[in-house]
Amino acid sequence: MTSNRATSAGLPNVLLTHGLLIVFVILAIGPILTVIMNSFKTTQGIFTGPFVPPTAETFNLQGYENVFKRGEFFLNYQNSLIVTIATTLLVIVLATAAAWALTEYKVRIAPLLAGFFIIGIMLPIRLGTVPILKTMISWGIIDTLLALILVYTAMTLPLAVALMMTYFRSVPTELKEAARIDGAGEFRTLGIAVPIVRPGIAAVASITMLPVWNDLWFPLILAPSRENQTVTLGVQQFVGQFQSDYPALLAALTLGAVPLILLFTVFSRQFIQGLSAGYGK
Amino acid sequence: MKRTAASYRNLILFVLPALAIYVAFSVYPLISSVVLSFFDSDGPVGSVFVGFENYVFLFTNEATSERFWNALGNNVVFFLIHLVVEVPVGLLMAALLTSGVLRRSTGVYRTLLFIPATLSVVIVGFIWRLIISPLWGIVSFPLLGNEVTALPTISLMSVWQYVGIPMIFLYTALLAIPGDILEAARIDGSTGWSTFWRIKFPLIAPQFGLIAILTYIWTFNGFDIVYALNGSAPGPNYSTDILGTLFYRTFFGSSGQVANLDLGATVASVIFFIILVTTAAYFWVLQRRLKTYEL
Repeated sequence: MTSNRATSAGLPNVLLTHGLLIVFVILAIGPILTVIMNSFKTTQGIFTGPFVPPTAETFNLQGYENVFKRGEFFLNYQNSLIVTIATTLLVIVLATAAAWALTEYKVRIAPLLAGFFIIGIMLPIRLGTVPILKTMISWGIIDTLLALILVYTAMTLPLAVALMMTYFRSVPTELKEAARIDGAGEFRTLGIAVPIVRPGIAAVASITMLPVWNDLWFPLILAPSRENQTVTLGVQQFVGQFQSDYPALLAALTLGAVPLILLFTVFSRQFIQGLSAGYGK
Repeated sequence: MKRTAASYRNLILFVLPALAIYVAFSVYPLISSVVLSFFDSDGPVGSVFVGFENYVFLFTNEATSERFWNALGNNVVFFLIHLVVEVPVGLLMAALLTSGVLRRSTGVYRTLLFIPATLSVVIVGFIWRLIISPLWGIVSFPLLGNEVTALPTISLMSVWQYVGIPMIFLYTALLAIPGDILEAARIDGSTGWSTFWRIKFPLIAPQFGLIAILTYIWTFNGFDIVYALNGSAPGPNYSTDILGTLFYRTFFGSSGQVANLDLGATVASVIFFIILVTTAAYFWVLQRRLKTYEL
């Protein structure tokens, strides 16, 4: 719809817009590409020409070998995957149920409860770390992935509930009433509404995954031991330990960054939709 | 009447699981943290109510108060650098993306510009530390090793990462402007630049308040990038220490500092208070402003 206006804009305008955006893109992804490219080079190659692509002479996979030999990358990935997937599934189920109820059953406490969840979008959960730590110790789940999953679920639920509520409001009343007249219970009726809010579920999933995967604070405090480390904490510790092994350091950074870039590129539409719809109100 | 009872039952049934986890691991810990700050649990007789003693200690003990005010000041600088650099750059990006001269490339630019925000802060910190390392020779000055430049450098790394967030908020707001308003402006002879400042900008202005308050909350919760680069006693000489690292050091301990859960809860409560007062003031002002517009 805006594209037909392009014809009225002058060519210099078009070139200037593209030019500025390209400069921004280079600034945004240049540093990342530089690191990825140099992770495939020898130490010599990294320092003599940081912006030169690997040549036959400087190409080297020693960094990756060292990372897999000395780090625990497979274990770290496994931990991050378990925590991220479990949290995301839990948040989707709980937020869908809660948002359904908060939009569907219009009793007096419903808006109050909805407000109580929405306040949580702004609550800085990290500041409750001391009691969280005490709870986890007394429950005997300190230094487990379960501790992380519970905290991340609490952390990401408010935004997920707020988002799902905006989607449930768009479900036509006739559809729900028809289901109920046909004798469907409340669970069945929800089941019939879910396919309509599928875009909302995708938005919730994409907006939940990133902060959970990337967090450093809670893994550091609630699951710091070697066998429970997530990728973010693993990279942090690895880089701290092998400061001078540049190929390994760059390889570790690449291994930490690439899966997320791929994930985001696939889900960018849902993510951006979730971000703007969730905070936008 | 019967319908209301059933509605209540259904509401509780569906909301309870989410509510339980949210209260147990988010709301309760925050309240409990504030309660804890009024107790001393290190004594021989268990937990003792001590009133404001932990706060008095935090603000009057020479060592802790110096660290606190330093971290608070640094945090204000950390926030202001975000606000002053991130918002205008994000606005420029959003304006370019919605200027109407791009065809199908908008989505590609938008995705590429947002990529840094999807990375872990740890990775961002290390990528930039490598790039500005004097060893690599692009920058010959040790930006992170100097007391004056270290904090602005770390702040700008964080800005580089998160500039995509204001960009997306402003981009969405710009897209939401009804086409007929812009069409009317065009017919009246308004061109790109003046259309942006006179028509689009006032319409998206409320977004700046939201962005500012979110940036405030996020930066006063900051921790990851400083810890990743400089550890829990961030140097040089605490020049990059912010409230998050001070909080971590206080309750978790570090070399040269004993862990103290009560004092940690006190620091957390002070940060919570700082965030709460500002956020409440923002919403109060917002509400009043909206009321005057309605008249």
